[in-house]
Amino acid sequence: MDQTLLFGLAGVLAAAAPILFAAIGETISERAGVTNLSANGTILLSAMAGFAVATSTNSLILGFLMGAAIGALVAFIVAFSSITLKQSQVAVGFVLALMCRDLSYFLGNSVMGLQGPTVPSMPIPLLQDIPVIGPIFFQHNLQVYASYLLIIVAYVWVFNTRGGLMLQAIGERPAAAYVRGANVNRLRYLYTMIGGALMGLAGPMYTLSVKAGWKGTITGLDGIGWIALAITIFGGWNPLRAALGAYLFALLQWLGIVLQPSMPNIPSQVLQVAPFPLMILTLLLVNIGNAEWVERWLASMPESVRRVFARVLRAMRTSPPAALGVPFEKE
Amino acid sequence: MFKSKPRWFGLGMQILAVVLALLFTSVILLMVKAQPLEAYKNIILGSVGSFKKFSDVLVAWIPLLLATSGLLVTFSAGLWNIGIEGQITMGAIFTTWVLRLLQDTTMPSALIIIMAFLAGMLGGALWASLVGLLKIYGSVNEIFGGLGMNFIATAMTIWLIFGPWKRPGVGSMSGTEPFREALWLPMVPGLRLSLWSLALAIAVVVVVFFLLKGTYFGLRLKAVGRNMRSAFHLGIPTSRYMLAAFLLCGAMAGLAGAVQVTGVYHRLIPSISSGYGFLGLLVAMLVNFQPLVAVPVSLFFAMLNIGSIQLPIVMKLDSTLSGVLQGALVLFVLLVDGARKVLLKKS
Repeated sequence: MDQTLLFGLAGVLAAAAPILFAAIGETISERAGVTNLSANGTILLSAMAGFAVATSTNSLILGFLMGAAIGALVAFIVAFSSITLKQSQVAVGFVLALMCRDLSYFLGNSVMGLQGPTVPSMPIPLLQDIPVIGPIFFQHNLQVYASYLLIIVAYVWVFNTRGGLMLQAIGERPAAAYVRGANVNRLRYLYTMIGGALMGLAGPMYTLSVKAGWKGTITGLDGIGWIALAITIFGGWNPLRAALGAYLFALLQWLGIVLQPSMPNIPSQVLQVAPFPLMILTLLLVNIGNAEWVERWLASMPESVRRVFARVLRAMRTSPPAALGVPFEKE
Repeated sequence: MFKSKPRWFGLGMQILAVVLALLFTSVILLMVKAQPLEAYKNIILGSVGSFKKFSDVLVAWIPLLLATSGLLVTFSAGLWNIGIEGQITMGAIFTTWVLRLLQDTTMPSALIIIMAFLAGMLGGALWASLVGLLKIYGSVNEIFGGLGMNFIATAMTIWLIFGPWKRPGVGSMSGTEPFREALWLPMVPGLRLSLWSLALAIAVVVVVFFLLKGTYFGLRLKAVGRNMRSAFHLGIPTSRYMLAAFLLCGAMAGLAGAVQVTGVYHRLIPSISSGYGFLGLLVAMLVNFQPLVAVPVSLFFAMLNIGSIQLPIVMKLDSTLSGVLQGALVLFVLLVDGARKVLLKKS
C-alpha cells in the first residue's frame, strides 16, 4: 500500500484521539443526565494550563493531570449549579464555554510560543511490523493507545457492568434508580466530573502532542469542543458510535487537506469546515425519526413502503437519555 | 427569615454576584502579577476617558444591542439561538452583495443603502430560518444546528474575500475593496460612529420591548417558551411561532451585520460579527427577558470590550480580560440566583 496513504491514515487516528476523549467524556456525562456544554472552553483552558504546567515542570504527567483537574473542576461547577442550585445546564455550560476560552487566552499570554515537551512516540514491538495494520495502528504514542483503550473500557462499562446499568438508569429513569437504592445526585456529580476529566485530558493531548505548543488564538483549537458535542449526539450516547464519529471527522479534515492542491481556487479554511455541513446532515438523519411529521407521513404510506422507511429510520435514529437536563428530586 | 423582604434580599444578592465576579477577576489578575485596581482603572479610562473613546463604545454597543434585541425574542420562545453569529455574518454578506451589485449603477446612494439593509435583514433571517426548520422539521437541536451554520457562514466569508470578491491583485485578510464614501452611512466627522445606526439600534430595542410586553404575539410567544406542550394544547401554532422567533432574531442579527458593513468597516472583513452574537447571548441571559434592562447592560459590556483594548498597550495584558469579567458576571449571577432560590425554599 502507498506509504503516504498509510501515513495519512495513521495521522487520522492520532488527530482523532483528543476528540474521542472529549466526545466520550461528554457521552458519559450526558448518560448520567447532565449536559456539559462547556467543552470548548474546557478543552482550551486545559490545553493551555496543561502545556504551561508541563513546560515549567518538564513533566508530561503533571501536564495531563492538570488538564484532567481543570476538566473535573469546570464539570463540578456545571454539576453544582444544575444539580444543587437547579439552574439551567445550557446557560451555565455556555457561559463557561466562553469564559474558560477567554481565560485560556488571558492566562496563556506568558507561555505563548514557548518550546514545551511532547509525548514521545512509542511503537509497539511485533505489532508494529504487521504490514498495513502496524503502521496505521501501532506506531503511535501512548495517548493514541489510550484512546483505543478508552473506547473499549467506556463501552464495556456503560453496557456490560452493574455500575454502567446504574449510570444508564440515572439518566433514563432516575426515580426508579433511586428506589433501587442509588444516590442519584451523588452519582450524577461523580459521572459529570469523570466526563469532565476525560474532556480535560483532550486539551494537553493537543498542546503536548497533536498540535504541540500554545500559540494563543492561533493555536487552532477554538471550535473543537463544539465539534465534540455534536459528535456526542451523532454517536447516539454510545461510546463506540462516538468514536466512529470522531474518526469520521478526523478523516474528513484530512481529506480536506489532501484535496486542497487539486482545488487551488478554494482557500484551505473552506475545506477545513467541510465536515460541518456533513455534520448537520448526519444530525438531521439521526434525529429526523423523532420528528412528529415523519410519523404522520409514515402512517399515510402503504404498508410495504412504511415498513422499509420505518426500519431505515429506526436504524439511524438516536434519542437522548430521557432525563437529560432534568433535575432530580426525591419526592 | 428571608420571606418578609425577598426584594431587598434579591437586590443584595445581585450586588453580591457583582462583587464575587470582581473578586474572581482580581484573583485572575493577581495570578499574572498585575494590579487589579490599575487594570480596572485602565478599562474605565479606555472606555469613557475621552469623547473619542466613548464614541468607540457606542460603535461596539450598536451591533451588541441589535443582537441582544433579537435574542430576547428567541429566548422568550425558549430557544437558544447560538447560530446568531452566523446570522450576523450572513447579514453582512448579503449587504455587501447588494452594495457590490448596485454600486456602479446610477441609482441614488440612499436607495442603494436602504436596499442593502433590507438584503442584510433577509440574509440573517434566511440563515436563522435554516436553523429553525432543522429544529422544527428535523428535530435537530438549535444549538448544534446553529453552531454548524456559524462555521459555514465564516467559511463563506473567507471564500468570498479570497475568491469572487477579492481585491484587485490578491485577496487578503484585510477584507474586500472598501466601498466609495457615498455608500457609507453618514458618519460623525472624525469618528467611526454613525448616528443613523445608533438611532436604528435604539428603535429596534423599543420595538422589541413593545412586541414582547404589549402584543398578543409576544404573550403567545412567551407561552410557547414557558411550556410548549400546554401552549400547543391551548391552540397556539407552536411551530409557526418558533419559526417566527427565529426569523425576527435573524433579521435583527442581519441588521447588525449590515451596520458593520455600511457604518463601521465599509467592506466585508473575515471576522465581521466580532463575537457580538455570543456576547449578546450573555447579555440576554443576564437581563431576564427585559429589553429595557438590556440597554444599560449591553452598554456596560461594550464599555468593557472597548476599555480592555487599553490593557495590552498600557499593561502588557491580553484584552480577553473583558471576556473573563463578562463571563464571571453572568456565571455568578446564575449561581447566586440559584442559591437564593434554594435558600428561599428552605426558609
